Amino acid sequence: MTALVVDDNMVNRTIHHQLLDNLGIENVAVGNGKEAVDIHCSGKAFDLILMDMDMPIMNGIEATRKLREMGIRSMIAGVSTRSMEQEIREFIEAGLDDYQEKPLTVSKLISIIRKIN
Amino acid sequence: MLGLDADQLRADMNRLLAFLFHQGILDEQFLQLQQLQDENSPNFVSEVVNIYFHESEKLLRNLRSLLTMDRELLSFDKIGIHLNQFIGSSSSIGAQRVRNICVAFRAASDNNNRTGCLRSLEVLEHEHCILKNKLHELFQIEQQILLAAAVRYPVLN
Repeated sequence: MTALVVDDNMVNRTIHHQLLDNLGIENVAVGNGKEAVDIHCSGKAFDLILMDMDMPIMNGIEATRKLREMGIRSMIAGVSTRSMEQEIREFIEAGLDDYQEKPLTVSKLISIIRKIN
Repeated sequence: MLGLDADQLRADMNRLLAFLFHQGILDEQFLQLQQLQDENSPNFVSEVVNIYFHESEKLLRNLRSLLTMDRELLSFDKIGIHLNQFIGSSSSIGAQRVRNICVAFRAASDNNNRTGCLRSLEVLEHEHCILKNKLHELFQIEQQILLAAAVRYPVLN
């Protein structure tokens, strides 16, 4: 299994990378939605995408929408500190398969992975 | 005695951790972070915490700079963006009190309340300083434990 971490925050990228590493999941991290789209345009594919919502250049909602328009069928799990229903709904409607409130923990990540399997 | 030093240090570390949790300075997310540390990444927690302080100090400087601008130039949107970052990374390392202050700060910013923001910034800087000092103390004790264990069980070539 492979994963893409999309988060502009270096602390979160480091933690999510380690979480995935410890579960034996090969992973790559990028800093915003545009980089997530670009990496897919370069031909790379991932089983799982952990997508932050608030990012510069291209946020998680736009990136998710764009990836779905491109035909990307990977599991996209939104991971954010946002907790208001309206904000999360917009994110989900962009094309998420799952949403988890930060901080991401081992048990939350396992519940996301179970949905892939 | 060397053995007692390591045991005493461990007791000191546990007391400090208990204090940090009891005071709400840290929450269980910090324990999650510790569980990610293993023999392949033995310094994971201190590395992440160092990244956190490097990033958060930049954010504090930016927030201070934004709030000392003239009213006409003050951008609450930019303040909100910085605070979202701060909330995210503070949550991720289990810095509960800092996170909660950032949430209150964000509420003041959402209401375009400059005075409230300035007050929040003062409290945030203070809490950030406490967190940094306490975590520095924690990592120092951890280092001392490792040294004490090395002295007790030297590697013989």
